Amino acid sequence: MSAIDAETVRATAMPKSDAATVNRSNVPAFVAEGVNVYYGSKQALKDVAIDINRNQVTALIGPSGCGKSTFLRCLNRMNDIIDICRVTGNILLDGQDIYDKQLDVVQLRARVGMVFQKPNPFPKSIYENVAYGPRIHGLARSKAELDEVVQTSLERAGLWKEVSDRLNQPGTGLSGGQQQRLCIARAIAVQPEVILMDEPCSALDPIATAKIEELIDELRQNFTIVIVTHSMQQAARVSQRTGFFHLGVLVETGDTEQIFTNPHDKRTQDYITGRFG
Amino acid sequence: MSVTTLLIVLLGLSAIGYYLGRARSVRTVAGRTAELHSLPSYHGYYVAVWCGLPALLLVLAWVAIEPDIIRSLLIAKLGDAAAGMSPQALGLMINDVRNLAGGSLVSREPDPVMQAAADYYNHLRFLSRLALTVFGLGLAMAGLTYAWKSIHPRLRARNRVEKVVIVALIICSTIAILTTIGIVLSLIFESARFFTKVSPLHFLFGLEWSPQIALRAGQVGGTGLFGAVPLFVGTLLIAFIAMCVAMPLGLMAAIYMAEYADRRVRAFAKPALEILAGIPTVVYGFFAALTVAPFVRDTGASLGLQISSESALAAGFVMGVMIIPFVSSLSDDVITAVPQSMREGSYGLGATRSETIRRVILPAALPGIVGGFLLAISRAIGETMIVVMAAGLSANLSVNPLEAVTTVTVQIATLLVGDQEFDSPKTLAAFALGLVLFCVTLVLNIIALRIVTRYREQYE
Repeated sequence: MSAIDAETVRATAMPKSDAATVNRSNVPAFVAEGVNVYYGSKQALKDVAIDINRNQVTALIGPSGCGKSTFLRCLNRMNDIIDICRVTGNILLDGQDIYDKQLDVVQLRARVGMVFQKPNPFPKSIYENVAYGPRIHGLARSKAELDEVVQTSLERAGLWKEVSDRLNQPGTGLSGGQQQRLCIARAIAVQPEVILMDEPCSALDPIATAKIEELIDELRQNFTIVIVTHSMQQAARVSQRTGFFHLGVLVETGDTEQIFTNPHDKRTQDYITGRFG
Repeated sequence: MSVTTLLIVLLGLSAIGYYLGRARSVRTVAGRTAELHSLPSYHGYYVAVWCGLPALLLVLAWVAIEPDIIRSLLIAKLGDAAAGMSPQALGLMINDVRNLAGGSLVSREPDPVMQAAADYYNHLRFLSRLALTVFGLGLAMAGLTYAWKSIHPRLRARNRVEKVVIVALIICSTIAILTTIGIVLSLIFESARFFTKVSPLHFLFGLEWSPQIALRAGQVGGTGLFGAVPLFVGTLLIAFIAMCVAMPLGLMAAIYMAEYADRRVRAFAKPALEILAGIPTVVYGFFAALTVAPFVRDTGASLGLQISSESALAAGFVMGVMIIPFVSSLSDDVITAVPQSMREGSYGLGATRSETIRRVILPAALPGIVGGFLLAISRAIGETMIVVMAAGLSANLSVNPLEAVTTVTVQIATLLVGDQEFDSPKTLAAFALGLVLFCVTLVLNIIALRIVTRYREQYE
């Protein structure tokens, strides 16, 4: 590949590179306003507005079926996969409307990675799992570079020591917690700006959960993280800001400490004190 | 009473037994059915089974052995007249007696001895039927009475009826299995007879196939060459062409159905595609012979190619179209079985739909797809009607798709069509070919099913 080709590949594959050079640390990564989501005729989210700050962990909590996962999946347009799902309102990523017709959803998802509730490594080797993203986006020019991307991603996901000697074994053979960290490594390898996590620990035991939480805290330095969780303790442990959803409405957002110690809304208070949910 | 009438009467008795049994069970607990061990209807079935089943078995056994007993009695009666006869002549004689007794035409003028024998035969038949009626109805009544009397609240009628049902189910499945075993055994024994006349090595590795044998001295005809290699090559060639058509078309159709088509298109297109599987193969056959083959030949001619009108290409192409639904519906199943989380994982990394299909879904579904292909191949190899009509009869050893070739199934069909004696190598060869075909498709099916099941377990 010639130098020019490589330059163009980089430029198109990583539109975030110019965004990163501008210091916008005070500007929120995501700004959502008036977001409504409908499944068919049923409205799942009503008029949601939230700012998601850079290099912070934002937790979305709320009882089952309150719309928190639905909102999370709006942020990388994962809801597009569902035929009957319709989204209205504005969601801006770095000031750009992600539901703009001009925007390429593939590039959006490269900038906004996702980790799912159930670990879902591909039925491929550990190496191939991590190399998948960089390959499809052309992020590595040579085998050596790809090796490096794979190694750094696994290191940052805290998995390298455990798997460095068996990179060619299937990712599905790892334990649940390791699989989830592999999925995080897979997401990191694409070098996204934001990582969305949809109840990443709900299928894991307490020890694996603790590892993932520790990892989330480290990742905060380089990534903006939005995590949906059922566990209020988890939200309190890992997040700086928390949003509480109830019946499709974002009831309250605020600093995590404030939400858990001094909630403004009665519903939030009832939920965090365990009166329902 | 004829056997049919007897069976109808037995059925009627069983029905009566059912109502009697049910009524009695209710009466024994004075209407408080909760005190019964089994529901009243089970008591009814219990009586019905006792009434009908033993009598039915008796009738079946009677009908099975009656002809043999009558025959031996008849021979004893004929005595001296039958003593000196060869078995064939005796068989003919007894046939005549039966026909005479039944009032139909006989092969000779009836003489007094035969007339007497026929009368005796009718007499025996009458006795036998009478006895059967008496014993059958007697047994039914006895069973009914016994079961009816044995009804009391703690009778485990349900358990016993269920046991009878289980035995009936076992018998049904056994019949299916035994039939299969019987077919395989007959294939093996007839093939063994064939291999005493023609060496297996010659059969499996011989390069010339010409099964016509002179039946009598001086007749024009070959010496009979049974080298089956041209047939195997022809079969594989046609199956290969068929797979070349069916694999890409079927797989692409499956990918479209599973990944791209929206629900309304899928609801229409999938059944439409599966209609292909419902077309009788004989229809495909004349479609191949009358439409595709001339088209291929004419196209070839306009390109300056000499294509025979019974080309392997035409037969293979139509066979390929026939098995598209197999490939597509099996592939569609395994592609849809790939968990949605795989797709989401890939989309979540910014992969496009085609990248997701090529790099995640197809590799994950590959074992199942391969299994589907193998099933389709075994289907193609065993297919007969299309090749009988569209492929040739002459056993050319050729891999040129433009020439006429013949297949194992075509040869089996032609070897056995028409009046044949069943002990010449020519007809026995059909069994040997059938055995080879059976072994190949069996092995393919076993491999395919193993792959498919192992694949299914992977995600469950």
